[in-house]
Amino acid sequence: MGMSMIKEERHVISILMENEAGALSRVAGLFSARGYNIESLTVAPTEDKSLSRMTLVTCGSNDIVEQILKQLNKLIDVVKVYDLSEDNPIEREMMFIKVSANNMAACGAIKRLVDIFRARIIDVKSRTFTIEVTGDRNKLNAFIAAVEDHNILEVVRSGCMGISRGNSALKI
Amino acid sequence: MELTGAEIFIECLRAERVETIFGYPGGAVLFLYDALEKAEKEGKIKHILARHEQGALHAAEGYAKSTDKPGVAIVTSGPGATNAVTGIADAYMDSVPLVVFTGQVHRHLIGNDAFQEVDIVGITRPCVKHNFLVTDIKDLADTIKKAFYIATTGRPGPVLVDIPKDITDNESRCEFNYDAPPKMRSYNPTLKGNTRQIRRAIDFLLEAKQPIIYTGGGVIMSGASSQLKDFTQMLNFPITNTLMGLGAYPATDKQFVGMLGMHGTYEANMAMHHSDLIIAIGARFDDRVTGNIEKFCPDAKIIHIDIDPASISKNIMVNVPIVGDVKQVLLALIKELKIRGDQPDQENLGHWWKQISEWQAKDCLKFDTNTQRVKAQYVVQKYWELSEGDAYVCSDVGQHQMWAAQYYKFDQPNRWINSGGLGTMGFGLPAAMGVQLAHPDAEVACITGDGSIQMCIQELGTCSQYKLPIKIISLNNGYLGMVRQWQEFFYQKNYAMSYNEALPDFVKLAEAYGHVGLRIEKNEDVEGALKEALALKDRLVFMDFVTEQEGNVYPMIPAGAGLNEMILV
Repeated sequence: MGMSMIKEERHVISILMENEAGALSRVAGLFSARGYNIESLTVAPTEDKSLSRMTLVTCGSNDIVEQILKQLNKLIDVVKVYDLSEDNPIEREMMFIKVSANNMAACGAIKRLVDIFRARIIDVKSRTFTIEVTGDRNKLNAFIAAVEDHNILEVVRSGCMGISRGNSALKI
Repeated sequence: MELTGAEIFIECLRAERVETIFGYPGGAVLFLYDALEKAEKEGKIKHILARHEQGALHAAEGYAKSTDKPGVAIVTSGPGATNAVTGIADAYMDSVPLVVFTGQVHRHLIGNDAFQEVDIVGITRPCVKHNFLVTDIKDLADTIKKAFYIATTGRPGPVLVDIPKDITDNESRCEFNYDAPPKMRSYNPTLKGNTRQIRRAIDFLLEAKQPIIYTGGGVIMSGASSQLKDFTQMLNFPITNTLMGLGAYPATDKQFVGMLGMHGTYEANMAMHHSDLIIAIGARFDDRVTGNIEKFCPDAKIIHIDIDPASISKNIMVNVPIVGDVKQVLLALIKELKIRGDQPDQENLGHWWKQISEWQAKDCLKFDTNTQRVKAQYVVQKYWELSEGDAYVCSDVGQHQMWAAQYYKFDQPNRWINSGGLGTMGFGLPAAMGVQLAHPDAEVACITGDGSIQMCIQELGTCSQYKLPIKIISLNNGYLGMVRQWQEFFYQKNYAMSYNEALPDFVKLAEAYGHVGLRIEKNEDVEGALKEALALKDRLVFMDFVTEQEGNVYPMIPAGAGLNEMILV
């Protein structure tokens, strides 16, 4: 089978791991050592302080993603791994975007866009708006495209967080 | 009672029944060495002083590979730790259970670029099964316990424990506890094969017309040689072993078709290529085994038994995956076969064996013995005969390694000790030290070459100190032979930097260390020299066999070719 035949898909992978020094670098190191790509990666402790929860977004064929899941499971600090993509997960990402308006008309336009996207202005100073937007990555991309006519000073994105729907939960 | 960190370290080793530890002292491990010395005087443990940390690590590997115990090593911080990295990476690639202790600078100096400081936990992260930095004396015993547990269970591997010097000093003390095996919610290897997959495997086995059993180092790790023999003989299937798996099945048995892969036998590779069913057991479809994966065994269904789920369907997709300990899975398969009471179709198998015997008739390992200069293959074959196939054979890396694998017929597991995955030149001699220390009365050889032996030659000193009567069989062709062979085949005979200029007089070198040295230049003198060396039971004998210069390892699968595209002599 030629390379062009292999279908690459985006996968959102949830990882529960021991909240130990170096655990994050074991995951990051695994991806670089084995040549897997990371689209985004977020990590923070959970309500159980001994555990961290990571959401990792990667792209690959089914075979590669299966290897990624196995290799993640093999890491001693990793407690559980789950490929959320199998059941239409909820995905959210947060973005801070700083936009400056050239004139008062542009200020109004930016505020309208903020309303349309259900974003929030969290700081204003001399026609510079700092805006918080939450949503899936398509929404954030769309917002960036929408304000592109104005002057984008800075973009900070959190990377994707994912959780499954319904009563299933990634717990130990 | 409260103990110091260094005392806790010793008590942990005793609790783990460690008899021998390999190492090299230095500033950051002085408290540990102080305690080690006392423990050695009390007869609790034996420390073997290598001449280089790489030597200590390979010795620990040799010890582990020839026994069912983990190898244990201790080195200091900084350069001591970085010198150990090659041995750690080697153990990782070949799944050798090792516990490696490294000294670290005082905790308050970590991150300060202190003298002999290096982030060894960071450096070794990609080549250990796991590693730890101990940051509190209260965690020391528990960490060491976890290290032994992780190194020796599941798919074995090296585990490193980095211990800052101030944790081992005489100021801090802690209560010592060392109870039940550690509970780890994140680590729980699967040992028992899935019943449904085992039943599916039986269906495949019974339907096969042209089957082959392909086994690797996992069978040896699992201690499953006798189960493998039962299983193979029940089915009357041909069996091939990987380089790491030699000895798991008796090489002199009629069902054994030799090693497979790049320098495997013609019959093993042809049988693999034409098979309709491969039963892969504790093997990992390494690129030296598969050749070009696009051309790999086009008609074969594959059953794969391995303790590491990540090894399954990594390089080659399989039909029946069975995750579990090889011994347990083989026992389950044997039991299920007996319950079914069926046999594979004997007529089909008869045709298959007839085909295999035609491939065997090519006699792919034949070589010309009618030569003046020493023939490397003949040396190994003679050594096999004279040692009655009962030696522990360690090897370095290169042509001599392949000849050792091809011409020494291993009938028992744990007898063939080599660096397969990483391919580490310099492995052989220190590994042989570890083997000889684990088996003081056994016949131990190091088959090496003029290139490899010089990479850890300093260990001749260790052999003197501990009176290790290793037989060094150096196949000296004056070249880095495998490099030269590739240059001959694939680089228009441009022998770039592969000629070993300025070789030392190995006889004098051996004698300088207090050993016996022999130089053998004629093929007719090979047998006499080997007999002489074997008779010197309590001496290390360095046999410098001056072989033909441009001998090649045959047969060979060139890179990019399929298993059916071998170059014969």
